[in-house]
Amino acid sequence: MNAIGTSVPRLEDERLLLGRGRFHDGVIRPGQLWMRVVRSPVAHGRIRGVDTSAAERLPGVVSVITSADLVGMPRIPVRQPAPGMDFTPYLQAPLATGFVRYVGDPVAAVLADDPYVAEDAAELVALDIEELPVALDARSAADLELECFGGHRAEVGIIEFGYGEVDEVFAGAAHVVSTNLRVGRHSGTPLEPRGLVAEWDDRAERMTIWGATKVPYFNRRVAAQMIGLPEHRIHMLETDAGGSFGVRGEFYPEDLLVPYLCFRTRRPVKWSEDRAEHFVAANHARQQEHDIELAFDEDHRLLGLRNEAWLDNGGYIRTHGAVVAVLTASMMSGPYRLPACRSRVHIVTTNKTPIGTYRAPGRYQHNFVREHALDVAATQLGADPVELRRRNLLDATEFPHRRAIHIFGSPMVLDGKDHLEHFDKALASSEYQAWREQARAARESGRLVGTGCAFILEKAGLGYDSAIVDVDTTGAVRVAMGGANVGQGIETVMAQITAEEFDVPAESVKVVLSDTDILPDGSGTFASRTTVVGGTAVKQAAEAVVRKARRVAGVLLGADPEELRVEGGTLFAPGDPDKRLTLAEIARVCFTPAHLRNGEEPGLIGRSTYVADGMTYPYGAHFAQAEIDPGTGQVRLLRYAITYEIGRAVHPQLVRQQILGGAVQGIGGALFEEFRYSERGEPQSITLNDYRWPRASDIPEIRLDVFEDSPAPGNPLGVRGAGEGGTAGAGAAVANAVRDALQLTGDVGALPLHPERVKELLRRRDGGDADRPARDA
Amino acid sequence: MTAPSDTAPERLPDLVSDVASEPEPAPIPVEVTVNGDPRALSVEARRSLADVLNRALGLPGTQVGCELGACGTCTVLVNGEPARACLMLAVQADGTEVETVESLARDGRLNALQKAFSEKYALQCGFCTPGFLMLATALLRKEPDASRERIRESVSANLCRCGGYSQIIDAIESVATAGADATAGDAIPGDAVPRDATPGAEPTTAAEPTPGTDARS
Repeated sequence: MNAIGTSVPRLEDERLLLGRGRFHDGVIRPGQLWMRVVRSPVAHGRIRGVDTSAAERLPGVVSVITSADLVGMPRIPVRQPAPGMDFTPYLQAPLATGFVRYVGDPVAAVLADDPYVAEDAAELVALDIEELPVALDARSAADLELECFGGHRAEVGIIEFGYGEVDEVFAGAAHVVSTNLRVGRHSGTPLEPRGLVAEWDDRAERMTIWGATKVPYFNRRVAAQMIGLPEHRIHMLETDAGGSFGVRGEFYPEDLLVPYLCFRTRRPVKWSEDRAEHFVAANHARQQEHDIELAFDEDHRLLGLRNEAWLDNGGYIRTHGAVVAVLTASMMSGPYRLPACRSRVHIVTTNKTPIGTYRAPGRYQHNFVREHALDVAATQLGADPVELRRRNLLDATEFPHRRAIHIFGSPMVLDGKDHLEHFDKALASSEYQAWREQARAARESGRLVGTGCAFILEKAGLGYDSAIVDVDTTGAVRVAMGGANVGQGIETVMAQITAEEFDVPAESVKVVLSDTDILPDGSGTFASRTTVVGGTAVKQAAEAVVRKARRVAGVLLGADPEELRVEGGTLFAPGDPDKRLTLAEIARVCFTPAHLRNGEEPGLIGRSTYVADGMTYPYGAHFAQAEIDPGTGQVRLLRYAITYEIGRAVHPQLVRQQILGGAVQGIGGALFEEFRYSERGEPQSITLNDYRWPRASDIPEIRLDVFEDSPAPGNPLGVRGAGEGGTAGAGAAVANAVRDALQLTGDVGALPLHPERVKELLRRRDGGDADRPARDA
Repeated sequence: MTAPSDTAPERLPDLVSDVASEPEPAPIPVEVTVNGDPRALSVEARRSLADVLNRALGLPGTQVGCELGACGTCTVLVNGEPARACLMLAVQADGTEVETVESLARDGRLNALQKAFSEKYALQCGFCTPGFLMLATALLRKEPDASRERIRESVSANLCRCGGYSQIIDAIESVATAGADATAGDAIPGDAVPRDATPGAEPTTAAEPTPGTDARS
């Protein structure tokens, strides 16, 4: 049995390479209608009227709805409540009711028999909106009292984590370093915009919905409750999906509008978001401002960390609730020996697109803020940034390392092996010290070259998931589990984990994802948890099948069930080659009356629900070498390296894909990607020309070393989750490299480090240091 | 020419109803060869080539990522040249030969380039993949021995959101008849190009490893 740990060919590839992938737009139902959403053109306003009459007159238009059609319908609930925090006033209605809160806020929905006609009709809906003052900065907006929220403050609440006597520590510290840092607004922006198809079956009196990803079971519950349908009247079916990164598949207003319009018209409804719409409608992410302070003793040992942050939440609280703030504040304590810590995040609503969770939520921010502050501290203490980290990283004697913090109800137990050892291995494999020498030499010759490193703390694998594995009378093996295909290779990995138990080829296993008719409950694909939690459920379900197969075969063969061996989908008694039964033969027996009379369930089926006790805490390091063009301020990455502790890789090449792709996204947020707004709250980044993803020419060859030194103790596969480590450290490493290239004594101020910001840093540096010799003689 | 007027907004309702009552424009006949098959159809002038391929011609493989020509997801070949099918109107394809991702398979099996994408793990969600396959097809027809740097330059025309690009470059490079020339790299990549701002700058001695070999272990 060697499926796990082997890079088998991806089961998803053939259909995708042949152009036969079935994305949501490829779901074509007879007589389907097209929905188009009419969105607010203003960032904050009072709705005085919506005139749909011209749109309704356009030939081909079937229906136009506004909030008046949804009176009495509850608002979209949060998926993860935060104890002690009441989100009720801040929740979003499927169609704006009374007020609009951001440009892109859905106000009406149009249904037509052709997508072009639906767009024509949407433009004919006349909106009468009285503009109100806008708030575009979380820190200064916190105290506003807002009529649209019934007089509640713009600040939704404060998330605080801490331990130790932090104020005493700071009062007595030999050195205190403080800085103010901001992370820009960027997001996952998958290449395939969102989309859904819903179809009503009059005979069965139920609806099928295609296109939900991430959390189909939660979304089914919410749709059922909001529309007022029994859950069993909604059947969720998977499609291929063009990337998620945490953004696709949350319950958005459109996730109500599509099934609602389908139910109302009893006709198939398709909605296919366009790119400009995606940039204002799908969750934004990241934007935070931090005041961070670090306290050190005389020997540069970290004594404490204090952090106050403001999260620019955008117009409403969406389904993730306070997750981003929780992960930012709780994990700010990081991978170091840190006797005392207090970290607070203010969640503040503003007049921008609401935020949500995007790959490494909170960790992109806490790793950047803490690691950049460490580099500033190194300069101020006269210490070497590498040595400052080495001195403070937790080592093998300190694991498992328990912090007096509970995250999502579980104690924070860093479950790794040795952060310091990992860093030393990373320094060696990346040859980072040589990069530093090269950069120093290049600077001496007048170039603006610098290096930066970051040690990152990640988290993965929380919650529960379920799986069913069955073997039928033909011997076919099928696994159904509660994850979603978002491009990560989930079918391959779940097939591998199943195949391992039966010793059959991975490609012989059929994988079914989040089909609510086959698997009644599941959890979803998010938070680097699919393999950790869903994969463990699959393993346990397959083990249950093998246990039953042994039991049945043991009786039939007159052999000790535990003695039987499983090879190539056949069970046999070692030493007696005639005593063998295939899984198909065993399955047939499992439907006989004799078998059922024993109280057994019909068929060869195994079920499991796996609940993780707590999160795993993967860790790793990022290294960057960057050069700045002094004329344009453009940052060019020359080298990049990542190391990551994965615990155990089910499919090493898919782990590499995850980390390398994640790194490119992280670099995008560090250098290029930003949702910018005008002073009236109008989005300035609504195309892929304004919101600039990295291209192949922007990215150096990335060196990646994946370590399997520390199998996760909390799950039987030993896996730690791989989805986000490539992203989590990129802001930190890039910022530190740019700071080094510019030889700043202070901080870079903010991400992304686009040319305009870098030129400003250059001007400030040169203007503020008159004695500095001219560099370009 | 009408002078700008302060009372202009009052005209808006009329404009709206004018648009609503506008008669639908007549469809235009188009003859186009798609993946070797001559097709004759009649389309509204405003329909994009991508939409017509997907919805009228039953070829769902061409995907649309941005509708603005930025991402290249919808890349098809028109008379052998890569074209953005989201920006091109179907009527503009009249009289041309169009090739889509559906043309690549040989007897229903992956061709060498498609196989290479799978073997090098060059796709994740697969949404950008048809565009990259068509881009690379055009490149390799013209430059079958394209260098790694040339391939990187070429694929910079398109966007991928899942991957690290290096694996797409690996896949195309493995099909190019002459692979990458493993010349020794510079201490700092890009030093080969002389810099006006720092004429005295000399590349430091290569401290290795050569950038370009790292990610392919």
